[in-house]
Amino acid sequence: MDCDRREFLKVGFKTLLATGVSIGAFELLKPEVLAALNKEKGLRWVFVVDTTKCVGCGMCVRACKLENEVPYETNVSRTWVERYVMTKDGKILVDSPKAARDGFIKNDPMGVTVKKEDIDKAFFVPKLCNQCEAPPCVQVCPVGATYQAPDGVVLVDRTWCIGCGYCIMACPYGVRFFHPLYRVAEKCNFCYHRINKGMKTACVDACAFGARQIGNIKDLEDPVARIIKTERTAVLKEEFGTKPHVFYIGLDSIVR
Amino acid sequence: MEVHGELWTLKEFFVYPNEYIYWSIQIVMYPFMTGLVAGAFVLSSLYHVFGRKELKDMAKFSLTFSYALLLAAPMPLLFHIQKPLRGFNVFFTPHFTSAIAAFGVVFFAYAAIVASEIWFVNRKFFIESAINLKNASGLGNRLKGLVYRAWTLGSYDISEEALKKDERAAKILAGVGIPTACFLHGYAGFIFGSVKANALWMTPLMPVIFIMSAIVSGIALCMLTYIIIMEAKKVRILRKRKPWMISVEEIRSVEIDIVKSTTKYLIFFMIMAISLELLDLVFRGYTALKHWDILRTVIYERDFINIFVIQYGIGTLLPLIIFLIPGLTIKRAMVGLFLVLVGVFMMRWNVVIGGQAFSLTLSGYMDYIMPIIPRNLETLKEGLVGALTIMALPYIFLWMLNKFIPVIDK
Amino acid sequence: MKNHVIRPLFVVVGLVALILIIRVFVVPKDFGVHERGYMFGWYRKSNEGDWKTFKIKYQTSEYCKDCHSEQYKKIINSKHAKVQCENCHGPAADHPEKPEKLSIGRSRELCLRCHAYLPYRPSVYAQLPGVPITLKMQDPNVHNPGIECVTCHSTHEASLK
Repeated sequence: MDCDRREFLKVGFKTLLATGVSIGAFELLKPEVLAALNKEKGLRWVFVVDTTKCVGCGMCVRACKLENEVPYETNVSRTWVERYVMTKDGKILVDSPKAARDGFIKNDPMGVTVKKEDIDKAFFVPKLCNQCEAPPCVQVCPVGATYQAPDGVVLVDRTWCIGCGYCIMACPYGVRFFHPLYRVAEKCNFCYHRINKGMKTACVDACAFGARQIGNIKDLEDPVARIIKTERTAVLKEEFGTKPHVFYIGLDSIVR
Repeated sequence: MEVHGELWTLKEFFVYPNEYIYWSIQIVMYPFMTGLVAGAFVLSSLYHVFGRKELKDMAKFSLTFSYALLLAAPMPLLFHIQKPLRGFNVFFTPHFTSAIAAFGVVFFAYAAIVASEIWFVNRKFFIESAINLKNASGLGNRLKGLVYRAWTLGSYDISEEALKKDERAAKILAGVGIPTACFLHGYAGFIFGSVKANALWMTPLMPVIFIMSAIVSGIALCMLTYIIIMEAKKVRILRKRKPWMISVEEIRSVEIDIVKSTTKYLIFFMIMAISLELLDLVFRGYTALKHWDILRTVIYERDFINIFVIQYGIGTLLPLIIFLIPGLTIKRAMVGLFLVLVGVFMMRWNVVIGGQAFSLTLSGYMDYIMPIIPRNLETLKEGLVGALTIMALPYIFLWMLNKFIPVIDK
Repeated sequence: MKNHVIRPLFVVVGLVALILIIRVFVVPKDFGVHERGYMFGWYRKSNEGDWKTFKIKYQTSEYCKDCHSEQYKKIINSKHAKVQCENCHGPAADHPEKPEKLSIGRSRELCLRCHAYLPYRPSVYAQLPGVPITLKMQDPNVHNPGIECVTCHSTHEASLK
């Protein structure tokens, strides 16, 4: 009898322990929240895009190209703005002419004029490098020419890149391209030269509507970090497991 | 100013602004060439390791040919990369989490194995030539003598015992070479299979599919080249008929024997390759993930001719029929072998270009318009001219090797 | 030397050694595994510094306000308060040394980037302290086509002249 009870207690205790552990494992803790809980003040750059505020003026794209010396007339860009128009008959029109360098000044998504009453929903979505926590572009670089800096920004070493294009293929977001002049991989780096001097990125500064913001997720007082922690945000293409660090407000399922 | 890729990319519907066909014809050539290397080596190893006596003549030829192909295999990459002078960075700072970084090591290891095997197989010849040319006159012969002397690696031992050792060493190397050849090509498949961003490429079957079709293409090319060399020999004999020469009939009977026996292996590997490819296709259709909608339009509509007509129809089914109809002749074999090569090339094309035929947005398409007439260095390298140059390279290397190494027994 | 079989191995070892020796001279000293480990942090450390010293071109309105205080005050008190000087005048870079003069964006297309009517362009936004602001939008085909906006409108005051 006595022996049985001890056995029973032992098993019961083990079961309790196991349940506790497994519940703990299923608690959803976003890594960025965990990072923020860390009292030690570190630095991890994050970006917030509020799509509800974007008017599609393309000033960010223009500023980015000039700031980062991406030849202005070329069709590639470190950042771009997409226009989504969903019509009542279920058609989804998406475009980003010239990466929206000149903004959207005509109502001609994909060359089609859409009347206001035919539109179910429509909006603009700015895109840029997601500075992923697990960047596939870095993983596949054969020579260590692209890497992630300790503050989370993914950079390209222009003196070491061999120009194989593997990183361009590996990026699910299509943010990478070959620089037309340097002939090496090129991408958005959150204006690394600006953010390290206490400035904001060129695109954030150029946006008159506050659709773009940059901040430090590890700083508890940072207003951008607060948005991510307290508001409902989403990231792009989460299924690739890249842990992107550009958070979107007002994202829709039709966004590609 | 044009961006790399802009000259040959046509976009349709919604494609991200930075997306172009960045991996063009040279990246098609690259797995095609490495595939031929691996296949040629496997063919030669069938004799050395498994003692397939019927393949003896073929084995020696394909071993040397494999080396010629090996020297040409990295050339497409050099043509493709934007900074060819920095290519050596792969050896200096390899980043092994990248499938391409493995290239440096695997390629080097494989080159060493094949070169050593050639050395063991031809050592007696090197030493004899070195001795013969020791006191030769004339710059050409003296240089040749120097090369042979270097190739003896300081050992002139051609005793019965030493030659036995050579044979054993060659056998071991051939054995080690098979997994290395498969690895070399399997990793070429891994380069594509591991790209999670690309819906068409990402499958664990990719390396295996690549190995199978590699062996198919390697065997086919070796047979075809062998036949062409033998036909040339026949013509030469017919032109200056000498009583001591081997007769044309004799060559013909040997040739058809070899071709028939090698074809059996070819058919086996072809069936393996096609089964795996079909499995992949069926699985994709059945699981029908998010990207299946656009993949289906690419596979069954836009690339239908490339995939089902050329790759599977003309490149697989037709040669299978040709080989399986009894009474195989040299001419028929040549047609079949050529079609097999076309099929494998198209398989590479459909993977590399097909994988970029749809956008990451899954709602747009891209078309690759191969530059035929070069307009600048870029369209020269990554167009028809560049591809044909790469195709010709192994033959140039084979011709050079043939000056020093007996490719086919006289 | 009796055993000739391992001689090719010597050649291979020699070649590998050669590559390793060249590597010592070619690869920068600070190339290695850094904070994020081998997978994500295999790089030349000093490249971070290279990027940090990249030239800044957009200096923001703060840079303009001391010399151009009159215009600055005007715009900061207008509905265009959030529009940076450089959005229309181009990047200041080292102005006034280089470039000595900045351009003035007067084109209709520039204004239309925000003010062209699109059925899906958000028209109300709360940016300025206190009040939600309405974005003035016009159909460019109807509203005085062919005339530059600045003929009638003042950009710095965000109003009619």
